[in-house]
Amino acid sequence: MTPTRVLALAGAMMLAGCADDGARPESASAAPAKGPAPGMGKGYSHDPYPSTYHPYPGVPTLVTNVTIFDGEGGQIDRGSALFADGKIVAIGQTLAAPPGATVIDGTGKVLTPGIIDIHSHLGDYPSPGVPANSDGNEATGPVTADVWAEHSVWPQDPGFSRALANGGVTTLEILPGSANLMGGRSVVVKNVYARTEQGMKFPGAPYGLKMACGENPKRVYGAKNREPSTRMGNIAVDRATWARAVEYKRKWDKYETDGGEPPARDIAMDTLRGVLAGEILVQNHCYRADEMAIVMDMAKEFGYHVSAFHHAVEAYKIADLLKANGTCAAVWADWWGFKMEAYDAISENLALLQNAGACAMIHSDDENGIQRLNQEVAKALAAGRRAGIQISDATAWEWLTINPARALGIADKTGSLKPGKMADLVLWNGNPFSVYSRPEKVWIDGALLYDANDPTRRPVSDFELGQPGAGDVK
Amino acid sequence: MKRLLPFFASAAAFVTLPATAQSVAIVNARLVIGDGSAPIDGGTVVIRDGRVVAAGAQVAVPQGVQTVDAGGHYVTPGIVAGFTRLGIVEVDGVDATNDSGASTSPFHAAIDVAPAVNPRTSAVILNRAEGITRAIVAPDNRGSIFAGQGAVIDLGADADAVTRPRAFQFMEYGESGAGASGGSRPAAIAAFRNALAQARLYARSPTGYADQGKDALLTRADAEALQPVIAGKVPLLIHVERASDILVLLDLKREMPALKLVLVGVSEGWMVASQLAAAHVPVIASALNDLPASFEQLAATQSNVGRMKLAGVLVGLGMIGDNDARQARNEKQYAGNLVALTRMPGASGLDWNAAFAAISSAPAEAIGMGGEIGSLRPGRRGDVVIWSNDPLELDAAALAVWIDGVKQPLDTRQRMLRDRYMQPQEGSLPKAYQR
Repeated sequence: MTPTRVLALAGAMMLAGCADDGARPESASAAPAKGPAPGMGKGYSHDPYPSTYHPYPGVPTLVTNVTIFDGEGGQIDRGSALFADGKIVAIGQTLAAPPGATVIDGTGKVLTPGIIDIHSHLGDYPSPGVPANSDGNEATGPVTADVWAEHSVWPQDPGFSRALANGGVTTLEILPGSANLMGGRSVVVKNVYARTEQGMKFPGAPYGLKMACGENPKRVYGAKNREPSTRMGNIAVDRATWARAVEYKRKWDKYETDGGEPPARDIAMDTLRGVLAGEILVQNHCYRADEMAIVMDMAKEFGYHVSAFHHAVEAYKIADLLKANGTCAAVWADWWGFKMEAYDAISENLALLQNAGACAMIHSDDENGIQRLNQEVAKALAAGRRAGIQISDATAWEWLTINPARALGIADKTGSLKPGKMADLVLWNGNPFSVYSRPEKVWIDGALLYDANDPTRRPVSDFELGQPGAGDVK
Repeated sequence: MKRLLPFFASAAAFVTLPATAQSVAIVNARLVIGDGSAPIDGGTVVIRDGRVVAAGAQVAVPQGVQTVDAGGHYVTPGIVAGFTRLGIVEVDGVDATNDSGASTSPFHAAIDVAPAVNPRTSAVILNRAEGITRAIVAPDNRGSIFAGQGAVIDLGADADAVTRPRAFQFMEYGESGAGASGGSRPAAIAAFRNALAQARLYARSPTGYADQGKDALLTRADAEALQPVIAGKVPLLIHVERASDILVLLDLKREMPALKLVLVGVSEGWMVASQLAAAHVPVIASALNDLPASFEQLAATQSNVGRMKLAGVLVGLGMIGDNDARQARNEKQYAGNLVALTRMPGASGLDWNAAFAAISSAPAEAIGMGGEIGSLRPGRRGDVVIWSNDPLELDAAALAVWIDGVKQPLDTRQRMLRDRYMQPQEGSLPKAYQR
């Protein structure tokens, strides 16, 4: 099978399985077939802070005799995986090593796609957690669609290295916080240290819009004695904003089609227009089932789609509705009860979603949890099996890689070990659903960026350099 | 609160109260004593009148004692959650249900969490179902380095939850203590010295200790509450993270040898592990802190616990600042992670036996209760769990739990929600009718 066909197939599965509506980023340079419309290319850049990420060099590598979870539900025992030039070349039972390839005996070990965390605040709520670096919530107004998380991300957050070395995380989405109804744009990065945020930015990944339901916005703004102070206020402000966004989009679409005077620029509305155009994916913090149902109706009312609900602790109550809407649920394994809207959280959430055929995934929202997402899935999987829901280990791995890739619109690039995809892989020193296993090696785009056996492959951020414990095992 | 009383009165009628302590022998066990020794296959534990009378390989079952065949499964002492706020919080974010701290109270050291402990708290019920049988419960400090008097509780399904009230005093040092003392560590030390001096004044003449009211630096009640601390009758638990701060506290211990210090958190403990060991100061540590979450935790590493243990420090695990009101169940996972480190080049962890002890006997011993709880040595409380498999593994479940020799119910609200929504769609009636 050629890489091209694999990619096409992955794209089709993405449409069938999950939230992404398949829309590719519309850019100012994306010209229609019959030549540019009068306003096209004269508007604004949709990518003014472009990725400068580049893969680091790797060597052709063959891992043999290894258990493989391919990330799309497949498992190969005592199999082989070959990657070269930053891409997966092949996986199978036995593969021949090309000349010059590094061959790793994977006996007793497990090879998986790198973990993708769809909900992280590394970089915008970095360690150390001092107010001077606390840049995740622009809590000065309930709608701050104009802010972009990437403008807060501190690429020296020590947390990136822990997520890599202990967590096997190769891709993550960094979001604004949840104080606001529309908290701003999220950004997807590869977990590779760089001098700049642009240097980490996942090439070609769509942006996200962080939205939030429930307690947080109404608490934050209710305390300031302003709208919203209730859940109905939350939706009222959302609707008023979407109504403006529809108008903004209409004006810009008209200008780009017909020419004439360009409409006034509004940075917040750019983002919402991007959502309405399918260019930007909605990532919606929402705990309660009833609120998720309202938000899905609101999305239909204004013509957008919710890619995933995050912190969806009650998703299990509406697994059928989520499936029908093609909206994913990103959840914790067992966080519960810390606030009212988390009161009904159950450990079987992921399994019940899977059982109903909905798109489900784990997420962390936490600089410690991101180091153990495989363990979180193991707990959720065990809870599901105890409830009588039979889910294979390899299927459960979808919760860690391909499903978040789908909800982020990058499933054609990463999230499973399909030929032609990015060589983002983790070699675990045992079954990653055992508490006794850890990443032994992590490759990102084919480059070996963590090796438990080689202290020189242990990243130390600028902040930690020269500090007590720098370069220690962590 | 008055409005709640009738509810509780009527609800009590529906609660199945467990039977009183019975004698039981659990046989055919992969038996873990909890003191750091290796599991014993084919082991037996005998509980009589709520206490362990024997546990081991060659233990005879007395006549007339009910026998439970563990089928070769792991049988262990119940988990002792090392530092928590279990039983005093229902929903953290709902202030009315959160008794962990009192921000406008004039009292600090005098605060006693015991009356707040509610054995019907959801977190008690859930953690019991996951094999947690005892917890060290500390108040949260507000406006003083002193948080108040903590309790040791059981998680049994009965009205009597408090094993030992006023079991220790809890205090904050480091960044948190500085913040509670006006803004600096020296101010926190000054507050500490002053409080102890005042407490000694009180000891000399309780009736002469002028109660200076809200403006006093130490109220009469607070001075009274510190009496067992200065007399060394109860441990003083102090939260501290930075290596240099730990050494300051060890200096204070040298100056005031009667104090029974137990350090909590201790993320940089590995840097001063030999001093901790030499001072015989036990530690209740965060298991997996490995980030410079603050400037007092720059050297945090998951190898901290293993390195301290290697140096001879008594280390148990706790939930310091880590979902302390509800996620004590994760201590099993944390202990398992410390075992995982033994396979990582350059890292220090715990072997399985030591890791289990870190969530059973070690926290109990750290607060001077190793003779009561935390292991299956004779004389200890009859807190026993039968597990589906290795209790430190992520897929382990508690199959049966005894507390004080009483078999416990393991049903939870979460389980009922799960069963209600196994199929999300409504049936012939709304979900509200399905129970």
